Amino acid sequence: MTVTQLLDRFISVDLLRSLEIFCPELILSATVVLLLLCRMIGVDRRIPACWIALAGSLAAFLGVVVQLRFMQSPGLELPSDFFGWAIGGAVRGLAALFHLTEEGVGTPGPYFTGLMMHDALAVMFRLGLLLLLVLTLSLTVLTGLPDQEDGADFYTLLLGAVVGMLMATGVNHLLMLFLSIEMMSVPSYAMVGYLKGRRQSSEAALKFVVYGAGSAGVMLYGLSLLAGLFGTANFHEFAARFTVAMAGEPFSLTSGVVILTLLGVAMLFVGIAFKLSLVPFHFWCPDAFEGASAEVAGFLSIASKAAVFGALLRFATAFTGDGESIRQLTSYLGVGLAVVGAASMTLGNLAAYTQSNLKRMLAYSTIAHAGYMVLAVAAMMVFRSAAPGGLLGSRDPLQESVLAVEGLIYYLAVYLFMNLMAFAAVAFIRNETYREDIDACRGLITGNFWTQLVCVALLLSFASLIGIPPLGGFFAKFLIFRSIFVAGYLHPVLWGVLAIAGLNTVISLFYYFRVMRAVFILPRAENQRPLEMPGVVAAYSVIIALPIFLLGASPLQARLSETARAISASLFY
Amino acid sequence: MNNDLALLSWTIFLPTAAAAVLGVGFRDENPNSIRAMRWFTAGVTFVTMILSFLIYQRFDPAQAGMQLVSVKSWIPSWNVEYRLGVDGISMPLILLTTVITFLSALASWSITRQVRGYMILFLLLETGMLGVFMALDFFLFYVFWEVMLLPMYFLIGIWGGPRREYAAIKFFLYTLAGGVLMLIAMLMFYFNSGNNFNLVELAEMARAGTVFSREMQIIAFVLLFIGFAIKLPSFPFHTWLPDAHVEAPTPISMILAGVLLKMGGYGILRIAMPLCPYGTQVAAYALVAIGAFSIIYGAFAALAQTDFKRLVAYSSVSHMGYVLIGMAVWKIGEGGELIGRDYWNMGINGAMFQMLAHGVSSAGMFFMVGVVYDRVHHRDLNQFGGLMQKMPLYSGFAIVLFFAGLGLPGLCGFIGEVFVVLSSWNYSPLLAIIAASGVILTAAYILWTIQRVYLGPEYRGPHPEALSEMNEREFSVAFTLSALAVVLGIVPNTMFRLMENTTDQLTRTMQQGYEATREEPAVELSLTQESPFPALPNR
Repeated sequence: MTVTQLLDRFISVDLLRSLEIFCPELILSATVVLLLLCRMIGVDRRIPACWIALAGSLAAFLGVVVQLRFMQSPGLELPSDFFGWAIGGAVRGLAALFHLTEEGVGTPGPYFTGLMMHDALAVMFRLGLLLLLVLTLSLTVLTGLPDQEDGADFYTLLLGAVVGMLMATGVNHLLMLFLSIEMMSVPSYAMVGYLKGRRQSSEAALKFVVYGAGSAGVMLYGLSLLAGLFGTANFHEFAARFTVAMAGEPFSLTSGVVILTLLGVAMLFVGIAFKLSLVPFHFWCPDAFEGASAEVAGFLSIASKAAVFGALLRFATAFTGDGESIRQLTSYLGVGLAVVGAASMTLGNLAAYTQSNLKRMLAYSTIAHAGYMVLAVAAMMVFRSAAPGGLLGSRDPLQESVLAVEGLIYYLAVYLFMNLMAFAAVAFIRNETYREDIDACRGLITGNFWTQLVCVALLLSFASLIGIPPLGGFFAKFLIFRSIFVAGYLHPVLWGVLAIAGLNTVISLFYYFRVMRAVFILPRAENQRPLEMPGVVAAYSVIIALPIFLLGASPLQARLSETARAISASLFY
Repeated sequence: MNNDLALLSWTIFLPTAAAAVLGVGFRDENPNSIRAMRWFTAGVTFVTMILSFLIYQRFDPAQAGMQLVSVKSWIPSWNVEYRLGVDGISMPLILLTTVITFLSALASWSITRQVRGYMILFLLLETGMLGVFMALDFFLFYVFWEVMLLPMYFLIGIWGGPRREYAAIKFFLYTLAGGVLMLIAMLMFYFNSGNNFNLVELAEMARAGTVFSREMQIIAFVLLFIGFAIKLPSFPFHTWLPDAHVEAPTPISMILAGVLLKMGGYGILRIAMPLCPYGTQVAAYALVAIGAFSIIYGAFAALAQTDFKRLVAYSSVSHMGYVLIGMAVWKIGEGGELIGRDYWNMGINGAMFQMLAHGVSSAGMFFMVGVVYDRVHHRDLNQFGGLMQKMPLYSGFAIVLFFAGLGLPGLCGFIGEVFVVLSSWNYSPLLAIIAASGVILTAAYILWTIQRVYLGPEYRGPHPEALSEMNEREFSVAFTLSALAVVLGIVPNTMFRLMENTTDQLTRTMQQGYEATREEPAVELSLTQESPFPALPNR
């Protein structure tokens, strides 16, 4: 097919559907343009930029909600009472507003000529990302991070990064993988350096840029290796091309094809590991987070991880298939990821212990959590490498991989709330005390009622990060540990990884509870007055902290777990 | 059926609801509202106690299995259920929990700062404890087990003594480590049973003997045992206990000693033993030996203390050793047949009774230490003496409770120890002699303590002017505990009646499970064996 034919076909068949699916990204891009226009003609003095950004992201969020509704069930199964009718009406109204049709967004499949993939996984990840965007925007409104002058710049960067992240969740092509990761990275560099007056901030941004550029280069090289070797950059053709390239040879590390593939994948993983802040590509993370404002650090720690995990899932499943050699490759990659995860969590937890700056400590904590989360992907790879009827017996390895991905999705959902709460609390404390070290938290509980509520919310978040029931973090960890345990039957190395993960849970107690000790037990320093946080801050904290609890001890858990399973099944079936 | 669900759930969650009311309802801390909060908490714990009596009323001791079982679906995609129930092992412990909690709520008047936070955490703690004793789902059990961590950490860490932070984090760390081991054991059972968390069904699979292989049972038992032994606490894992008990405020020490330690024993009886009969049998001798060693070690350590509270804490280590012995005196012959099932039954009953008796006597002892500490603000045994003259009523009750701890016939401590020692003779005369000789050491440290604190010519320590007699509130707590010690000592059958049938069934099923597992050929079952149950349905 020539390029002209391809274009013709695209315009006549695929374009409308693609644009419908792409609607959240388009809305965000339009908001960015609007923000800049408003600034140019001076409207931003009357309507603050934050409200325009918030309205735009809410619209994008609603667009994804409609997509999800169409995606979920062909006939919108709603209860036939008033609420069902109201929801159905609202969805139809919104659909008409955004020009979304059931044929367009309701059918999963590749779009933009196969560059991108539309399925439940992508829709759900976008929903989560846009929810996070809305929450982060509200947080910046509460804490007053960008002032009137710079509002438009800041929100432009934030929304621009989110567009990249939304795209990353649906990548189906090596080029799009690279583009989307760069698209989310470049605005992040600027956002980290956003506190212009502070040297530390600029230094952090510079470090971030240098690391980012380096890893992007390595990634690009790996990408070209893979594309050159397989003659395609389309994910779903990799497995078949690999088998063809092996040409019936047995899988061994002396085979050129295997070495090239492993090298290419490893180099690509460098770029991904950089965004996930996995050891040994984590060095930028503590510095960048310390220099950036807490709101930006919180946003980056969650959003770029979630988006890249979405891309990683797609990339990882591209290397699975039926055939002896591809199975062995998958197994290699899975065990390698598990080892990286174990190293990540151990180093993150140990390094966090010595930190005195809250943001730095939380940065190491996110490194550790990336380690836990990548274990789910590792388990999924190991399951995919199992031949049916092997060591797992009557259990279906494919079903087990669905469960592993379910664990990852659940973890990300809880992580959104618990990590955002932790960083939001840092921002609130900074606004009151102008400090961000652990000592600033001393005796926080002696403040007014609203401050006490924030303290309790922070406690819930930290306890959930450790993984103490009845909080969401525990159930998420339980799901991932379970998958690793079962995967241990296929590859006993994973049992060792499970032991390390268990040990890490205990170690992590120390540094989280150093903060809790300061907040609840230590007295306020002599010269400091008790804090008086405003009620709206407490309300925000309660809204963020409540899901942490609900996702760990309520029937809502069952709903999320089922949804996550359905989503992860869409990746495999 | 629905009624049972409501009754059990209300018993568990009434304190949580009350904690929420406290959190929102009582904002400021003036003397009036502090008084109101104290009475409110005491009232809530009292109502919870009444609810537990209602459970007792519905409970039929003649039946052996689970009663009042009530189920509600929680996470169906993972087979996790909200499943509650009561049997002869948990019923007495539920009663103990609500009674001790009510009494410690009455003892909480000594807390004077941040009263609201204290009361909230105290009530959350009660929810966790009751939940552990009623949960029949492994996942739910684990959740309740860990729910207690946070309240306990803060109760010790904020309202404790000088080294409170160290003690609190040590307690947290030990229990969390035990919890992680339990989690891994839980995953093993979950996978091997075909995604089942139901403790009754898991025990039934263990009885049938074809599901859990021998290696798996041994590994799981060791993991579970370490998790529970930390809580019990038994010898190598006990070091958190003296710190936590000493630093905790009096009412929390009462709860720690009176209820929390019992959860270790309960966990072994409810989970570790029925789920791994083969593992239990393999480890039985080690358990009895650890128990005997704990008795002697705890008693010697108690003898060496000069801190009154530390002495009582080490006496707990010593007393809980009997619990471990009593549970594990499972003697088998060459062919795997059970020798002397009545002795084993007696041992388990004795262990259960010892838990109850220790719950009463050690909570009482901690309360008595607290009463005098509130007055003179020190706990140095060498500076006491002559309290009998100044506070005769207090000293009288204290001596009753200390003698109950000593195991004087006619008081509660005697029954449990005698049952355990008698049953262990059948198992191993050597260990029985060691365990019995612990009684002499116990007598030594208790009598020496009484001599140093209550007898003697006059009190020469600091603050002699503060030594006033107990007030009505303290009197009622001391009286209730002493009365319980006497009643349990004279008519132990009130409690044995409840547990007999259940222990009988427990020993029977465990023997069946052991024999079935023992006969399985080794090749067919290994750790990497597939589960005979199908995987989760795809959704």
